[in-house]
Amino acid sequence: MMSVVQLRKSFADVEVLHGIDLDIREGEVHAILGENGAGKSTLVKILSGFEPASSGEMKLLSSSAENENEGELLKLENWNNEIAEQSGVVLIHQEFNLAEQLSVSENIFLGNEVRSGLFLNKKLMHDKSKEYFQVLHSDIDPDSKIHDLAVSAKQMVELAKAQAKNARLLILDEPTAVLTQQESKVLFELIERQKQQGVAIVYISHKLDEIEQIADSITVLRDGELIGNYPAHELSKDDMVRLMVGRELTSLFPVIPAPPADAQEALRVGDLGVSGTAGTSSFSLRRGEVLGFSGLVGSGRSALLETLVGLRKPSASSKGQVFLNGNRVKLNHPATSRDLGIAYLTKDRKGSGLLLDKGLSLNFSLFALHKFSKVLLDNRKEEEAFAAAVDTFDIRMKDSSVTAGKLSGGNQQKLLLAKVMEAEPGIIIIDEPTRGIDIGTKSQIYHFIAELVAAGHSIIVISSDITEIIGLSHRVAVMYHGDISGILEGEEIEEEEIMRYATGLKAKVVERGIVGRGVVEREMAEKETT
Amino acid sequence: MPKIDLKTAGPFIALIAIFIIGILVNDAFLSTGNISNILARSSFIGIVAIGATFVITAGGIDLSVGSMAAFISGCMILLMNALMDSIDSIVVIIFLAVLASIGIGALAGLINGLLTTKAKIEAFIVTLGTMGIYRSLVTYMADGGTLSLSFTIGDVYSEVYYGAFLGLPYPVWVFLAVAIIGYVLLNMTVFGRHCFAVGSNESVARYSAIHVDRVKTATYMLQGVCVSIATIIYVPRLGSASGQTGILWELEAIAAVIIGGTMLKGGYGRIWGTVVGALILTLIGNILNLTDAVSNYLNGAVQGIIVIVAVYLQRGAWRRGA
Repeated sequence: MMSVVQLRKSFADVEVLHGIDLDIREGEVHAILGENGAGKSTLVKILSGFEPASSGEMKLLSSSAENENEGELLKLENWNNEIAEQSGVVLIHQEFNLAEQLSVSENIFLGNEVRSGLFLNKKLMHDKSKEYFQVLHSDIDPDSKIHDLAVSAKQMVELAKAQAKNARLLILDEPTAVLTQQESKVLFELIERQKQQGVAIVYISHKLDEIEQIADSITVLRDGELIGNYPAHELSKDDMVRLMVGRELTSLFPVIPAPPADAQEALRVGDLGVSGTAGTSSFSLRRGEVLGFSGLVGSGRSALLETLVGLRKPSASSKGQVFLNGNRVKLNHPATSRDLGIAYLTKDRKGSGLLLDKGLSLNFSLFALHKFSKVLLDNRKEEEAFAAAVDTFDIRMKDSSVTAGKLSGGNQQKLLLAKVMEAEPGIIIIDEPTRGIDIGTKSQIYHFIAELVAAGHSIIVISSDITEIIGLSHRVAVMYHGDISGILEGEEIEEEEIMRYATGLKAKVVERGIVGRGVVEREMAEKETT
Repeated sequence: MPKIDLKTAGPFIALIAIFIIGILVNDAFLSTGNISNILARSSFIGIVAIGATFVITAGGIDLSVGSMAAFISGCMILLMNALMDSIDSIVVIIFLAVLASIGIGALAGLINGLLTTKAKIEAFIVTLGTMGIYRSLVTYMADGGTLSLSFTIGDVYSEVYYGAFLGLPYPVWVFLAVAIIGYVLLNMTVFGRHCFAVGSNESVARYSAIHVDRVKTATYMLQGVCVSIATIIYVPRLGSASGQTGILWELEAIAAVIIGGTMLKGGYGRIWGTVVGALILTLIGNILNLTDAVSNYLNGAVQGIIVIVAVYLQRGAWRRGA
């Protein structure tokens, strides 16, 4: 359907794509693989007309009904997003492109509004939207506002938008990064149906399982070079990793030894209520332990831990108690938590983690800024600490004067980790440590976590990636509808069992009673000593 | 990197260009009297604008500064006149009025700050409201007319505006001191860094354990104190206050900040740029006074054009830099 020959792209004087060849056939899922910074996003932006190519050829098979000359050679200089969409080439961005305040149907027809006379034909747009959703097997109400929708529903709206544009070539940039496994499954079924209707799909993802499952052909990029085009059945997952990284990966997950039996309790949370939910949660964390938090998107994992560190107010009825190394503490602001040695790493590194338009060392020092100040800031000390962190966390950049927004996702994550670790917290809560990050950096981050644990830190990992949870955690707390439905240990930590708790099929109340009693006992003990 | 240099140097280049125009327009421009007059006049707007640089850098806006200046002037004059009966030393009276002025300024800033952060009302609305309140309060205090400072006090106090040290009027020294303190505070302290972070992305600031509400409130208080300092050196100039005092100061202050390269969207602030911005605004008025080519009544129009052009140039440089 679309073929590309010797496509090159330069920004200023730097060539970032060095001659890419690509053949996308009708009705196939064509995966593009590569580490962050390999050039995948640039490539799909060129295909969909968001960026002009610097040189090369692009051919697009015309939809035969409207055009006679098949396989028309595109003039690169004229190819833009508007023409691309008219020709049925639609890119669905990693970050969605929806107007939050508008309704679903208004978004679907944004820029393409159907009019009758002077006025908008709302009825027709509503009905058409409904039709699109029926084709997608989804029951989203076209009248609901985008900001009321879950992430997966927003993606559905994007797909419906693509339908409204009669997409023949659909480009999905990491579509499952924000989806749960269940939601991903729905997406794959949908991709399958689109395929059968002859739609070609270009698919970018870091999740090799998915690629193996749905791709028909695979193009691998590394550092802007084409490594090769392969039929999917010829590559195993190991092959994919080898081609992407250019080296063998030893083991993705390092071995993290369990804390000794007599390890002290670092944190105990009792009956903490999250605002907007009825439930309360209790759990504990020992020194040198990794506690995983699993659950579906929207199950309240981030909300719970953000409440713990004081980023959100607890529910009005919450009688939550938090003990740090056995001492009762009140964490009502992240600064208090930081000073007491608890740090939270947000999953939203672009929106809440880093100042994208600011420099790297300014971002790095922001969380622990008091360390670099007596009366005035000590810039030299700050720069030295930053240089040391660049080394420790292997942050790679063109030069140290770039802004944080210019770093690749993986390096942003490492910078965020460095920023939080600068405050030397004993307890680190990492929300989605590797979302949207290439496999090489992923492995690096897992090894950082292992090193931190070895150094006596305690870690809480929140992740939607079950493999990650299983690979890292000593115990796993699973959340369902705002409550911890179970805390799993040992043999229980296994994909299907976790899913049973995550979907509400199973639940056990283990910790709550213990915590309640533990707290009471401790308080009585305190009274006796005084 | 030349493009960044251009961005920082832009306001300075504009200042030099306008200065050269001034020299060409009228011989009297370069006279000591005129230069020190320009500097003294730019001090008021300049000091207020340095406060505004903090507010804007932290992502806020304060429209109430002009009315606040009028209100503080009124309070100072009423207080000094009232103290005449009970305190003999005029210097003590002035000193007390200065203290009161700073207190009122800080309090007014605190109110603006708390209304934006705790009551969660947009800064634009809050300060639009307080702007009306202070303006109306001073008119009420003056009973629609003018509050005049007693001549005995005025004679002593006028030294603050008309006196000079090393050939430069006192207001210029105050301006310089406020600018240096502002520069150090914004660029070399934790507070300044927090202002940049809050203005750049509030959510990131919150997740970075910054007390966002406190930082924002502090910028409004700082703004209030700057307004009170400007008022302290302004009162002896005329020795009176009315509903017309400090009119449009808020616009001139914001204009000075913007001309200086600080971005209205927050996250970027330049104190020296603001100082230059205030000088540019005063220079334009002065040059128009000295020439017949453009009517002095068009002062506001020329200032407006300069602001728009300045922002246009910044945006252009910004895009190329991004």
